[in-house]
Amino acid sequence: MKKTTLIITSMCISTSAFAGGYRVALQGQKALGMGHTGVAMTDSAEVVFFNPAGMSFLEADTDIIAGVTLIDSEAKYQNVSTNTSAKTDNPIGTPVGLYYAKKYDEKISYGLGLYTPYGNVVEWPKDWAGSHLVNDIELKAIYIQPTISYKFNNTYSVGFGLTYTSGKVEFNRNLSTSLVDENGDRSNVTIKASGVDAWSYNIGFLAKPTEELSLGVSYRSKVDLKARNEDANFENIPTTLQSTFPDTTFNADLVLPAELTLGTAYDVNDKTVLTFDLNRTFWGDYKNLDVQFNNGAGTSFNPRNYKDSNIYRFGVQHVMNSDLVIRGGIYFDKTPIRSGYFTPETPRNDATGFTAGATYTVSKNMDLDFSLLYLIFDEFNGSYDFYDQSGTTISFGGDYKTTVTTLGFGLNYKF
Amino acid sequence: MILIKNQIMKLVSIAISCVVVSACDSDFDNPVGNSSSYNSGDADFTKFVSIGDSLTAGYADAALYIAGQESSYPAILAQQFAQVGGGAFNQPLVNDNLGGLLFLGNPDPDFANRLVLDAETESPEPIAGSPTTEVFSLQAGPFNNVGVPGAKSFHLGAPGYGDGAGLGAGTANPYFVRFASSTTTTVIADAASQLPSFFVMWIGNNDVLSYATTGGTGVDQVANPDPTTYGFDDITSPVAFAGVYAQLVGAVTGANPAAKGVLVNIPDVSTIPFFTTVPHNPVPLDQANADALNAAYAAYNGGLLAAQSASLIDAAEVAQRTIIFAPGQNAVVIIDEDLTDITGVDPALIKLRQATAADLLVLTTSSTIGTLADPNNPASAIGLGVPLSDADVLIPSEIQAIDTARLAFNTTIKATADANPNLLFVDAAAILAELDLTGVDYGTGFINSEYATGGAFSLDGVHPTARGYALVANRIIAEINAGFNANIPPVDPGAYSTVFIK
Repeated sequence: MKKTTLIITSMCISTSAFAGGYRVALQGQKALGMGHTGVAMTDSAEVVFFNPAGMSFLEADTDIIAGVTLIDSEAKYQNVSTNTSAKTDNPIGTPVGLYYAKKYDEKISYGLGLYTPYGNVVEWPKDWAGSHLVNDIELKAIYIQPTISYKFNNTYSVGFGLTYTSGKVEFNRNLSTSLVDENGDRSNVTIKASGVDAWSYNIGFLAKPTEELSLGVSYRSKVDLKARNEDANFENIPTTLQSTFPDTTFNADLVLPAELTLGTAYDVNDKTVLTFDLNRTFWGDYKNLDVQFNNGAGTSFNPRNYKDSNIYRFGVQHVMNSDLVIRGGIYFDKTPIRSGYFTPETPRNDATGFTAGATYTVSKNMDLDFSLLYLIFDEFNGSYDFYDQSGTTISFGGDYKTTVTTLGFGLNYKF
Repeated sequence: MILIKNQIMKLVSIAISCVVVSACDSDFDNPVGNSSSYNSGDADFTKFVSIGDSLTAGYADAALYIAGQESSYPAILAQQFAQVGGGAFNQPLVNDNLGGLLFLGNPDPDFANRLVLDAETESPEPIAGSPTTEVFSLQAGPFNNVGVPGAKSFHLGAPGYGDGAGLGAGTANPYFVRFASSTTTTVIADAASQLPSFFVMWIGNNDVLSYATTGGTGVDQVANPDPTTYGFDDITSPVAFAGVYAQLVGAVTGANPAAKGVLVNIPDVSTIPFFTTVPHNPVPLDQANADALNAAYAAYNGGLLAAQSASLIDAAEVAQRTIIFAPGQNAVVIIDEDLTDITGVDPALIKLRQATAADLLVLTTSSTIGTLADPNNPASAIGLGVPLSDADVLIPSEIQAIDTARLAFNTTIKATADANPNLLFVDAAAILAELDLTGVDYGTGFINSEYATGGAFSLDGVHPTARGYALVANRIIAEINAGFNANIPPVDPGAYSTVFIK
């Protein structure tokens, strides 16, 4: 009963943030402290997300972990030639992760994960210089993943999760670089879709060839969110254009790309663990963000043409004493965005993340987790060269700089 | 437990320092808006005054309205000058965003509300609403922007130009009546008395433009240097212009010998959409309509041959005047007063010919060509059965007269600037020619002179949009930066509006 309440509460928490593309990698407080590594770690129910095969190696019979992360992000834009600047006013995001794992018998464990690995709230000032590309965008996706694992022996295990995803998107931008009504108010459109759902899976493999070494592989399949006949609201449309741009519906597809993670954890001694994960995200599937309107606006073609990209993650964990574990990590997140495709809706370049974390043992059954992340994207001069306005291509570019700071809390209960 | 608490406190302090670090670190290496690198160079912007006509006032869409004034090129300049020590910039703002004027409470169709574009009919029309700007609600200055819509060069030095009693006689201008410091003052006196440390003067446009927009119905006063004898639609004599111009500049530089300034020249009317939008051959015809029109003009064409037989006109003029329609796009029929008078042969043989690419049709013909002059006579389509009037077309001799005067004015303006090291010259004619020929990519967008859609010109086809004015302001800033060793930041034209859609 209590568990149910917890799940419902978690679902009500708004979940949002942005990072690599529109992917948020903040799925576990313990992992985040170590550079968000975890495909080869087996110390908490976070494995439900990081590698389902790891459930088989959890010590406790039942392991529940719930966490929330506060994200403070800011992107800045400037154009030296036009002497303009702008910065986002993004609300604090709060992605969550709730994981439950239980042993069924010696070989089989099962569990449930509820997490929000995608999220993007970017709010530029209304009618800013890039408002024809985006005023604000919000993307949220909640994943619910029943999971099972099977342990062949004390060395090998596999795990599988079936994932239900429900996504929500809201996106506002101006119709052009100049269209206004007779009062000078910019014509704009908001597309809004919620409850767009899809199924995918998460599969993992774990090996502990020696006492000290763990190796993990996990693969998360892509999710194709297909919005159909969702709402498109046109605002500040001049009276004499209202027959062309009435409020209407739209269709659009958004891919949440597949991700492969290879990683290792090595116990240097009985107090210290080193981890390394390599994430490869198959952003190449994100070709475009085309929106087909069912009115005179027609189809808005927005090429994105992302490329697959890697994140290299390093972590360390050290047991200070019986009550306290501390963690640190660093990761290098390579941008999936090609030159000329840099849009202010996902204002990101290569980034470096610095992480720290701690676990404080409250009692035999309960741990409190903390995590910190400071993610800094390299200052970058980029442009989007594929905006078409009445047959004329208008490039929009400038310098961008983005920083993200997160603070996470988790509660781990085992028995 | 205390140790644990300390460690948690440590974590919290790391968290706080992260946030602080991120706040510091998230700045650009070279942020824009960093005023320490901006400077006024050799210029002093503490008292900036702009002198001119509608273009200086921020007039657009056939009206003067607040939003237009707030994005006038002088207002944009003043806003940027403020970053390098520029002072306050006071404009004689009208009362609303409609733009129409009231004369003792009465609206006047010649001073109607600003134009908005009806996207369904694709034509401009005045925005609905009752104007609230009363001409006789006199505004207390001084005003830094003394741009007066409609003013010609010699008006700026004309006493009584701000005297409401002279409105009926045409010696006064309602816009100046509203903000003149007295009924006897002059525009230039109201400017010079502020002792400008810096000024921009862009005057002379209307000295040719009013002749042009009325299709050359006025008089080219090339040989008459006395402006007091001119009609409003006349071309100012270049000699008169040169004399007046020297006085105007002298009034400002005499008031403050240290004043620096910018003199702006006069654009070519053939580069503005008022004259480039309607082609000479806008009328599509099918075979049947072409045949009917040809039949209707058979008598005229025959009369031309009779006149040639009578040696009144030569074969070339016969060819020039012969009116022939064919399926497809057809040139309109116009009145050309330069043609030979052959009404002696037949009073019906008035001075008609079909337009050529060398003629410029005014923008307003777009709503009249093809409509019936007489609703009961289907053969009275304007431009076909009924010729366009003299006021609808600039013919080559008129274009020549305009350009001769304009080039003379521009020679005066450039020579005046070149003769004084405190004055810079800005070639507005080149800016408008560029907008017409290629358009301008300003970095985050593109504008050109295409009517209604190009973004550079407002719906009156003569005055720039706010975005167009921003481009002009940027060019002036660039000239100041180069000429006076200043570093004044430009603006983003994309942040300024273009045309308003109904």
